[in-house]
Amino acid sequence: MQFGIFTVGDVTTDPTNGRTPSERERIKAMLAIAEKAEEVGLDVAAFGEHHNPPFVPSSPTTMLAHVAARTEKLVLSTATTLITTNDPVKIAEDFAMLQHVADGRVDLMLGRGNTGPVYPWFGKDIRDGIDLAIENYHLLHRLWTEDVVDWEGKHRTPLRGFTSTPRPLDGVPPFVWHGSIRSPEIAEQAAYYGDGFFANHIFWPKEHTEKMVNFYRQRFEHYGHGSADQAIVGLGGQVFMRKNSQDAVREFRPYFDNAPVYGHGPSLEEFSAETPLTVGSPQQVIDRTLGFREYVGDYQRQLFLMDHAGLPLKTVLEQLDLLGEEVVPVLRKEFAAVRPAHVPDAPTHAGLLAARETTEVTA
Amino acid sequence: MSTDTPRGADLGPRRRILVVSAGLREPSSTRLLADRLSSAAVTSLSAQGIAADVEVVELREYAHDLADHLLTGFPNARLRPALDALGTADAVIAVTPIFNASYSGLFKTYFDLVEPDTLADRPVLLGATGGTGRHSLALEHALRPMFSYLHAVVVPTAVYAATEDWGVSGNGTGLVSRIDRAATELAALVATREPAAPADPFAGTASFEDLLRR
Repeated sequence: MQFGIFTVGDVTTDPTNGRTPSERERIKAMLAIAEKAEEVGLDVAAFGEHHNPPFVPSSPTTMLAHVAARTEKLVLSTATTLITTNDPVKIAEDFAMLQHVADGRVDLMLGRGNTGPVYPWFGKDIRDGIDLAIENYHLLHRLWTEDVVDWEGKHRTPLRGFTSTPRPLDGVPPFVWHGSIRSPEIAEQAAYYGDGFFANHIFWPKEHTEKMVNFYRQRFEHYGHGSADQAIVGLGGQVFMRKNSQDAVREFRPYFDNAPVYGHGPSLEEFSAETPLTVGSPQQVIDRTLGFREYVGDYQRQLFLMDHAGLPLKTVLEQLDLLGEEVVPVLRKEFAAVRPAHVPDAPTHAGLLAARETTEVTA
Repeated sequence: MSTDTPRGADLGPRRRILVVSAGLREPSSTRLLADRLSSAAVTSLSAQGIAADVEVVELREYAHDLADHLLTGFPNARLRPALDALGTADAVIAVTPIFNASYSGLFKTYFDLVEPDTLADRPVLLGATGGTGRHSLALEHALRPMFSYLHAVVVPTAVYAATEDWGVSGNGTGLVSRIDRAATELAALVATREPAAPADPFAGTASFEDLLRR
C-alpha cells in the first residue's frame, strides 16, 4: 500500500498572525513539502492544478520535474490534472516527458474541475464537463497506447497521422487514477479502462465515498479486469497531529475556523464527526485511518492533505515528521496484516513493465 | 380503519405526507396552518380509501444545519433525513411565513438544498401565513413559480392565513373551506399516482459504451 500527500496549493492568510505568503514562497513551500515526503518515508506526492487565485499550481509537471530531480523513490502524481480544459495531446506529451525525466516515477489523477469560469477561459463549457472527460481521456489513452493516431471528436481539432512525443517510457503509459466526488460516470469510466479510482473522501461524509467506491468496484469486475476487491482504490484524508490531542485541537482550530472550504460553518468537532478529518494524537490518526478499509475494502493508496488553510511551512514539516515516523509505519504493518494475497499493490512503472513482459512471454 | 370509507381503507399501501413548516416562533401560526392542511389531506385521502401518515419537518430545528450545508456542500447526519424525506413523500405540504413579500429565507434555503428532480411530478400543497391578507398573493408570485421550477405538481388552491382568518366563521369562502378545497385537490393528485420510491443515484448511470457514443 502507498502512503503520501496531496496538496491543493492554496495561498491562504495565516489566521493566527495575518501573514499571507507570496506566490513564490508558497510554490517553494510545496516543493519543500514534497521533498520532505520522501525524507520521512512516504511514497507519493501529488500536486493539484488550478488556474485561478488564490491557488498557485497552474503547471504541475514543472513542479514535479523539480521534485523528481531532488528525490529518488518518491512517486510523482497530481490531484488532479484537468482532463476537461487541458488539451489531451498536451497531457499525453507532458506526462510522457515527465516519465522519462523521472525514470518512470510518475502517475496522474484526472479530474474535471468544478470552477465554472475556468472552462470558458480555456474555450470550454462546464456543462460539457462529463463529455469532455470521456472524450478527452479516450483520446489520451489512444495517444499513449497507439504510435500513430487518426482521431476525430467533438471537442478538439481532428488528428491525422499524429504521434505524440516522447512515447511513454518503455512503452508503458503512466498509470491513471480518475478522481470524482460525486459523478458515477467517472467511476464508470475508471472501471471501463481498469484504471484506478480515487475518492477525494475529505470534506465529505464517508457514506458518499462508500457508495462511489462500491459502484466502481462492481463495474471494474463487470468489465473483466478482476474481481471487485482487486479494483485499484485511492482515498484522501486530512489530519492534524500533536503528541497530545488537546494541543492538536487548540493549534488547528483557528485554521479550521477560517479555512477556505468549510470555515465559518460547522465546528471542528462537528466536521470531524461528519468527515474523515482527524485532529488529535498520532494514535487517533492511526485508528481513524485503519477504519477506512471497513467501508471501502482493502485499498492501494492513501493520500493526506497536510498543508492547506494557511498552515505555516514549519508546522507542515513537523506534521510530516509525525506522519512518517509515528503513523505510516504502523499503518503499513496493520494494513498489510489484514490484506488478502489476491489484492494487488498500487500499480507502479516497474510493476506495469514486469506485468507486460510476463504477458508477452506467455502470449 | 373505519368501515364506512367508500372504497375500503386497505386498498394499496399507506401513503406519506411530508409537512415542511418554516415557522419561527413556538407555537407558530405557520405550524398551525400546516397541521390544519395535513389533517384535512389525511381526511380527504381517507375518503378515497387511502390511508396516510404525516411527517413534519420543522425547519427552525435545522436552521444551523442548513447554513452549514450551504457552506460545506453536504448535509450533516442530522439534516440528511430531513432532506431525504422529500424524496420518499407521496405529497408535500409546504408552509412559510411571508417576509418582505416572499417566502422566508429559511424556507428558501431548505428547498435550495434539495437535489435536482427530487420534487419532479410530486404533488405539493402551498400555504403561507402573515399579519394581514395584503400579502396573500406572495403564494402566487413567489412560491408557485419556485415549485414550478422544481417541476412539482402544485395544486390550484394555495392557502393563505392572515391573523384575522383564525377568528372567522368556518363557512363560505373562509379559511376552513379553502383548506378543505386545497386538501381535496391534493388527495386527488396522490390517488392517481404510484407510491413514491426513493431514487437510486447510480441506477441511471449510462454504461461506458453509451457514454462514449454520446
